[in-house]
Amino acid sequence: MLESIKKVEKKRDHNLKHPVKPMSMKEREDMLSKYHPDYMEGTRRELQIGVDKGQLFYNGIVDLLEAKPVIDPKNVDLSKIDYDVDLLIIGGGGAGTVAALFANESGISKDRILIVTKLRHGDANSMMAQGGIQAADRPEDSPALHYLDIYGGGHFTNKPELARALALDAPLIINWHENLGVMYDRKENGEFQELSGGGTCRNRMHSCKDYSGMEIMRNIRDRARNLEIPVLEFCPIVELIMDDKGQVVGGVSFNLETYEYYVIRAKAIILATGGSGRLHLSNYPTTNHYGATGDGLVMAYHVGANLLDLDTIQIHPTGDAYPEPIVGILSTEKIRGLGAIPLNKNGDPFVFPLEPRDVESASLIRECKEERGIVTPTGMPGVWLDTPMIEIIHGEGTIDKLLAGEVRKFKRFGIDITKHPILVYPTLHYQNGGVEINDKCETKIPGLFAAGEVSGGVHGKNRLMGNSLLDFNVYGRRAGIYAAKYVKKAKIGKLTLSHLDKYNKMLEKSGIKVKKTAPIILPEYRGELAISRSLDIF
Amino acid sequence: MGRTNQALVEKKNGDERKTKEINESTAEVEVFIMGKSYKVPAGLTIMKALEYSGYRYIRGCGCRAGFCGACSTVYRIEDEQKLGFDLACQKVVEDKMYLVQLPFVPGSKAEYDIEKIKPTDTTLLEMYPEIARCVSCNTCTKSCPQDIETMKYIQMAIRGDIARCAELSFDCIQCGLCAMRCPADIKHYHLSQLARRLRGKYIDPKSKNLSKRLKDIEQQKYDNEIEKLMKMQKNDIMELYKNRKIEAEETGDLGGD
Repeated sequence: MLESIKKVEKKRDHNLKHPVKPMSMKEREDMLSKYHPDYMEGTRRELQIGVDKGQLFYNGIVDLLEAKPVIDPKNVDLSKIDYDVDLLIIGGGGAGTVAALFANESGISKDRILIVTKLRHGDANSMMAQGGIQAADRPEDSPALHYLDIYGGGHFTNKPELARALALDAPLIINWHENLGVMYDRKENGEFQELSGGGTCRNRMHSCKDYSGMEIMRNIRDRARNLEIPVLEFCPIVELIMDDKGQVVGGVSFNLETYEYYVIRAKAIILATGGSGRLHLSNYPTTNHYGATGDGLVMAYHVGANLLDLDTIQIHPTGDAYPEPIVGILSTEKIRGLGAIPLNKNGDPFVFPLEPRDVESASLIRECKEERGIVTPTGMPGVWLDTPMIEIIHGEGTIDKLLAGEVRKFKRFGIDITKHPILVYPTLHYQNGGVEINDKCETKIPGLFAAGEVSGGVHGKNRLMGNSLLDFNVYGRRAGIYAAKYVKKAKIGKLTLSHLDKYNKMLEKSGIKVKKTAPIILPEYRGELAISRSLDIF
Repeated sequence: MGRTNQALVEKKNGDERKTKEINESTAEVEVFIMGKSYKVPAGLTIMKALEYSGYRYIRGCGCRAGFCGACSTVYRIEDEQKLGFDLACQKVVEDKMYLVQLPFVPGSKAEYDIEKIKPTDTTLLEMYPEIARCVSCNTCTKSCPQDIETMKYIQMAIRGDIARCAELSFDCIQCGLCAMRCPADIKHYHLSQLARRLRGKYIDPKSKNLSKRLKDIEQQKYDNEIEKLMKMQKNDIMELYKNRKIEAEETGDLGGD
């Protein structure tokens, strides 16, 4: 590795002066079809059950949808309601919290709202987003250009009405954040410091150092805490409850610490359970938080909601490949945004640094497959990302100022990223698709709304950077507003879990060999030895 | 419990694969998880060491990447007196390390409506009067896993310097270790949240571009243009997309997640 670093250093000046040009559409397609897991044999298969029968989804997702519902309806007494509210929000991350705030503002009193979450309020991918949030607010930019980037970045597969709302609501969201007190990076005159990112045609990335998601999430959470919106922590919803009119009217919550269940009845339900990185689709490490196990997809599918675009995953080009303890953790795209270039083991550049994420990732995979990557002592492949270039381009001190989180992460392992390049390899980052919604966040099932990473259609088959923070704000807000409207007219019938019985029958009929149950709630990371010797007696 | 058998048949994922490789290639260290001895491969983070030993997290594990503050850990190395403080997902285990994680921090938080308070010299003192009891022992700073100058920002708060307090505390992940160690019962992590909100809302200058854009959107200035894009034939919009001018290629002024 050290020898390779020397080559990187030697060629640094030359590499700075001779950038690689962006690919043509044809070259992009070619790269994707050869090196991206979305295009590879064996990563996906046809689903054999339910409303999306015949659709191609990633194996790990199909495994969950073809598993037995984790709850046996016989074990749940629906006649005793533990929580009776107007609005149940499933998930305490960005989308769920924003939805709660806007539902409250739209007239649902705080006592009639309940946020139920698997871990703590705020334990979510939202907290981890580093680089920033897109909004077209500069005179050189426009929401129409933002729309074009979203739609093109998604390979023209997005639902246009959803891409439209994402682009048009963006400036309004930034303004809402300002009023909450989010500390955005600004110039002295108050204008935002706006950078570019992969696949954006204008510089419209608003950031809060490299803690953008954390700064936004802790602000909205603080607001929710001040309003005393009730939150039930460590009690994930494991199945939805329906009524005899075919509406979704609640959820069964499972207390992870006492193993009790709670019956929660509500007039409207907002699904905001986030993504599924912890399924390690296609065996990738992930940047996602511990609870990102795709529970929302499973629950929604059990009640008959349809899913979109789960034949694709977003692998982020620059997950850490070294040192071992941080493998899979994200190194922000902002590093490339600030000018650092990916280099192979010979110190040579091989790709324009800011291609859309899928293309950039595929290029890195190719470099390693063709043995121009570096292999670490633990067998992890990677390529260099030449961080010291940033200080040469923008001046000494830039990295400390704009990438404080990255500096801190590497410093723990004795790596000074202002002086040495870092080693990166693609990591599973985002669930592009999910439960289909319209621009009011309605799913196909009455009473069930969805927002954020669990939803599908906004980004099509590929999300651009800076559009996920935007997504949970835009669609969290819309979910809150439209669910509040729905609540005013909704009438609940008789509660039932018969949809689970039906699902079980469907599984039997299909002849699928069912081994697992779903949702899985948390990933299993215990050591093999410990698991092999564990007894199920307590 | 019920998960055990399922776990047996579950395929190995990325994280486990790595754990196994280390196991084969490097030495072991002894750690004491809440006093009980376990041998784990050297080089694991505290979090992965616990999992390797057979612990399955419910509390004490969140983002696994140093952003959420769920896994604050207190440790001590055998034969040393000093306590150490860090995040289980970031800190690598050392031999003879005694470990315990904090499942919850019971710190009180001031309640306020940000619209109704103003950023004066005494706002922070009024909302969190206990900061006046700071004895400048610096224990908060020493316990911060983010290496934030915690005591310094408390001093700024006492002085009424909201902007500086907000800036110094910006990287706070709200794990609460500072508050758990403070002899004066200060809730540093809650106080600094208020300071940052006051600065973001009232002190930092605002963007004129944004307010102009909001007016344009309200007057539906972009509706027709986007409507046109939405109705375009796929080939046409692909052409438009392909030929759009990329600002960053011209200025070299880039960013992202």
